[in-house]
Amino acid sequence: MNQQELQSLRALIASHKRWDFLFGVLGVLALMLGVMTFVALFADMTINGIGRINIDFLTSFPSRRAANAGILSAWVGSVLVMLVTACAAVPLGVAAGVYLEEYAPKNWFTDIIEINVTNLAGVPSIIYGLLALGLFVYTFGLGQSILTAGLTLALLILPVVIVATREAIRAIPQIIREGAYACGATTWQVVSDHIVPYSSAGILTGVIIGMARAIGETAPIITVGALTFIAFLPPAPFTGDPSAGLFDWLFAPFTVMPIQMFNWTSRPERAFLDNAAAAGFILVLMTLTMNGLAIWLRYRLRKNIKW
Amino acid sequence: MIAHAEHDVAEVVPPLKAEARNLSFHYGSFQALKNINMPVYERKVTSLIGPSGCGKSTYLRCFNRMHDLYPGNRYDGTIEFHPDRTDLLSKAVDPIEVRMRISMVFQKPNPFPKSIYENVAYGLRVRGESARSVIDDKVEAALKGAALWGEVKDRLKELGANLSGGQQQRLCIARALATDPELLLFDEPTSALDPIATANIEELISELKERVTILIVTHNMQQAARISDYTAYMYLGEMIEFGVTDQIFIKPRRKETEDYITGRFG
Ligand SMILES: Nc1ncnc2c1ncn2[C@@H]1O[C@H](COP(=O)(O)OP(=O)(O)O)[C@@H](O)[C@H]1O
Ligand SMILES: [Mg+2]
Repeated sequence: MNQQELQSLRALIASHKRWDFLFGVLGVLALMLGVMTFVALFADMTINGIGRINIDFLTSFPSRRAANAGILSAWVGSVLVMLVTACAAVPLGVAAGVYLEEYAPKNWFTDIIEINVTNLAGVPSIIYGLLALGLFVYTFGLGQSILTAGLTLALLILPVVIVATREAIRAIPQIIREGAYACGATTWQVVSDHIVPYSSAGILTGVIIGMARAIGETAPIITVGALTFIAFLPPAPFTGDPSAGLFDWLFAPFTVMPIQMFNWTSRPERAFLDNAAAAGFILVLMTLTMNGLAIWLRYRLRKNIKW
Repeated sequence: MIAHAEHDVAEVVPPLKAEARNLSFHYGSFQALKNINMPVYERKVTSLIGPSGCGKSTYLRCFNRMHDLYPGNRYDGTIEFHPDRTDLLSKAVDPIEVRMRISMVFQKPNPFPKSIYENVAYGLRVRGESARSVIDDKVEAALKGAALWGEVKDRLKELGANLSGGQQQRLCIARALATDPELLLFDEPTSALDPIATANIEELISELKERVTILIVTHNMQQAARISDYTAYMYLGEMIEFGVTDQIFIKPRRKETEDYITGRFG
């Protein structure tokens, strides 16, 4: 290659590399746009709400006077509803995902189920609210309770859990399955000894992402009849007179964080807006904690899984 | 007198462990095996050789009914398993029962993402064994059988995946041995390994045949010549020739076998 050819080759590479640079800049800008918007919103909320955040805010019931109002019933409600959601969505979603991947024959019927599961993830949440109102509240008579709300949100995140389960299962190399079957394992032994343990990191991530979405849901919870003002907690098991049963809290009326916020933002007084901002700050904190937990769990569980 | 003795040796046929009769196999509509007849002799090493895609793996995986895991596959013919003469391919025989009697080692080492101990113990756990002392003993015996005990006895709780490739493959052999199989299947067990690890596995296979019948697929003819007592040459889903290894390599009866072995083809 002579000097002139070398020159033109270098010029060519340099001009190609300009595109690398240009795309890098564009990428950073796009990233900043997303991240900065969130940071700005969060900062605004923090500035408005931080003055209200203290122990009293967390341990007080809502009140007609903004300065006395707190989010005790709201955060307890959110935590309990999430508990019910997780208890319902995880076993159902994992079982459905495992069934579709490991047991179901591949035919038109399972194809249709598959397409439907994917589509369910895109159904507006208010539709789940209407479904739940008809099914859980009126047909099963579960009332406008924590149980109803938890089950409603469980339905809402079920597609996310199923899809996450299936994707985690698909990441398991076929040769691992064959190794287990070759040892004489039944499908159930392969599932319980290998498939579920090896996909648990992916499943958990899906569950927590689903829960992080569910904790902020308002529309379906209002539809099934959450209260907007509530000044008592669900009965803790074996307390009160007459003593509450182990599961009485499931049937208690409730409210959740986003509804409490929504309620406050619709008040005219400025002080209530600050309360809403403070509650929003806590809600975001709860979501970020859940995401952090997901990342940590995924790291912990994946550490022991190498193919 | 001497001539007579020689004659006798040639006549001695070891007991049968398994025998394929008129075995054909279809992946959907594609026929991968055509009317295979072949004996597998007890406590001998039998090699399957032939060009890539000729059906060696397909044939091997008939013995532990691996094809049952996927839809659309069809076996015809029989594989009679001795001494009980069970037909391994019969619909009436549960593939799980077959896999409990016949172990398999795969082309690529596939240890489970569990500890070394749990990898070897898995076959025992599947069989419902829960006595710690029994499992401990069998794990140790299997690891010794796979010539791995010395290297891992102080790190049984570590992940199997942390071992080197050759050690992983020996771990998989230990896993296959732990359940005292009657027949051990190997599908190109050294094709992913370096020459030293390969030599170790070959030596191991020669030791194992004292205890267990071995059927091995190999892409490497020298390997077949080194380790096996019997060799079968396959081509395009057919069994072209089966015989004592020395005879196959020195004096093949069929022209196709000779061409393949002398490298004129394949
Ligand atoms: N799952 C499968 N579905 C359809 N055809 C297959 C499948 N597996 C292997 N085959 C075909 O069967 C033939 C034999 O394959 P295989 O037994 O893997 O050959 P070998 O192990 O001798 O290289 C090949 O033509 C291959 O393409
Ligand atoms: Mg093969």
